[in-house]
Order: sequence, then C-alpha cells, then structure tokens
Amino acid sequence: MIKRMLTGGILAGFAAGLLAALLHFAFVQDLILLGEQYEYGDLVHFGGAGEAPATGHDHMAATGDHAAAPDAAAAEAAAEEPSDFNRNALTVIFTCLTYASYGILLVAGFALAEHFGRRVGSREGLIWGIAGFVAFQLAPAMGLAPELPGTVAADLSVRQVWWLGTVLATGTGIALFAYGGNVVTAILGAALLAAPHVIGAPRLDEYYGAAPPELGAAFSANVLGVGLVTWAVLGWLAGRLWAEPEAG
Amino acid sequence: MTTLNQTAAKSSAGLLSIAFVAFVGATVLFLAGHAQSATLHDAAHDMRHATGFPCH
Repeated sequence: MIKRMLTGGILAGFAAGLLAALLHFAFVQDLILLGEQYEYGDLVHFGGAGEAPATGHDHMAATGDHAAAPDAAAAEAAAEEPSDFNRNALTVIFTCLTYASYGILLVAGFALAEHFGRRVGSREGLIWGIAGFVAFQLAPAMGLAPELPGTVAADLSVRQVWWLGTVLATGTGIALFAYGGNVVTAILGAALLAAPHVIGAPRLDEYYGAAPPELGAAFSANVLGVGLVTWAVLGWLAGRLWAEPEAG
Repeated sequence: MTTLNQTAAKSSAGLLSIAFVAFVGATVLFLAGHAQSATLHDAAHDMRHATGFPCH
C-alpha cells in the first residue's frame, strides 16, 4: 500500500513537474531574469532608486548599496551564477521534486479519504488538485505575494512559519468544507480559512522594490496561473493513477 | 454503508502508512522548497521564486 501511494504520487508529480517547468520557461523565467537586472542595477527603474536595507537579499547584503556600484555588483553576481544550462536544468529538477512532494501529499490525502470510505478518481483528483493549489499557493500568496528576485521582505523564518501555518489551516479548512457536511464544520472551516489572514502575514513597514511594480505584478500573476494549471493536471493524474494503478 | 466501510477497510491503507507517506512528502517539500543550506538554496532558487515559497 505504501508502495502504491508513493509510486502514484511520484509519477504524477514528476509528470506535472515537467509541465510546470515547460510553463515556467514560457511564462516566468524571463521575468525572473529581468527582475535580476533591476536587482543588480543593470537596469534602473526611475522610481526605484532607493537604498535597500542590509536585511535584504543576499546579493544586496553582500554589496551594500547596489545602485551605486552596478558594475561591481553585476560582475560579482555573474561570477557566482552557474551557466544558463546548469541553472535551468536545476530548475527543472527541483520543480519536478517539488511537484513530486505535492503528488505524494495529495495521494496521502486520497488514502485518508478512502480510509473513511470516500472514493477518489480522476474527477475528485482534479478538485483535490485545485484545492491543493489554493492551500499551497493561492492562500499563502494573498499574504506573501510571490517574490520577484530582489524583493526585500520580512525575516525569512517568520515568513516560513506563516507560510506553513497558512497551508495547514487552508488545507484543513477546505477539507472540513468538503467532507464535514454540517454547519459546525463549515463554520470551523471558514474560521480556519480566515485565521492566517486575520493574524496577518509578516510584512515590512516600507517598500524597497528596485523593479517596476508592473514587472512584479506580471510575475505574481504568471506564477499563480502556472501553479493553477499544474496543480489541476497533478490532481487529475494522481486521481487517475490512484483509482486505476494499472492504467498509468 | 457497512458493506462500503468493510470494503474500504480491506483495501485502504492504515493510518500509520498514510502518516508515513505524508511525512515522506513533507520531507521532500522541505528539502526542495524551504531548507536554507546555500547549495540547496542556489540550486532551487528559480523554482522557489516561481512557486511563491519564501526564498531569501
């Protein structure tokens, strides 16, 4: 049984990860590279020339006021960066790994549902996938928008704790709505969905972005779009493999 | 309903196996998405930004 769960989750996850990587290079990677040009000072947005605090991005922290010495910062960055091929190959590998982990978690959820007598096939899987997108990407993004490289944000560990708490609360909240079946579980579900946003994500008091806001907005929108498509495919595929392992 | 539950119980996984599989998934997710070792961070950098994980 463990083997069936892991095999289905990993297979669906890697397939979805390859799709995510393809969509990443079509919709997201160019925006990341453009964001880095603003981060390193190769490009300067007319409104974004403020000083970044020392608590910011690694590269900024290392170079201090990067806007004052763009050439030095760019040269250092270029020396640190791997080749495009290596960089993109690692992105493909880690995207597949991440979606494999989502696939495994999703299938563990299928098994839990089946343990309580609920069948999951490709149709239910599709809905689970969309719910997974909401829990793992959309709800966290409403507090911590996907960050363009160079974004200066609050303390990392505090953001990670909020991210994890939001994923757990949102996932449990959706499950209570879907499978609870009475008013009490629906109210509890709504409270769990709202709680992370009532508590509030860790944010800084000021904005330090060097890149144009349009670029950050396009990046966030594309990241969420790619996430939704990939999660839907992941859920559908994982549900199909779960219901009919031999069909895969 | 009883029949359904019995069928499900026969074919479904135990809670312990489910917890184990969920733990495996969470571990992979932590390593790929959230661990802060410099090597892992650099290798996973673009993916972390593109999945909306808190990165830096």
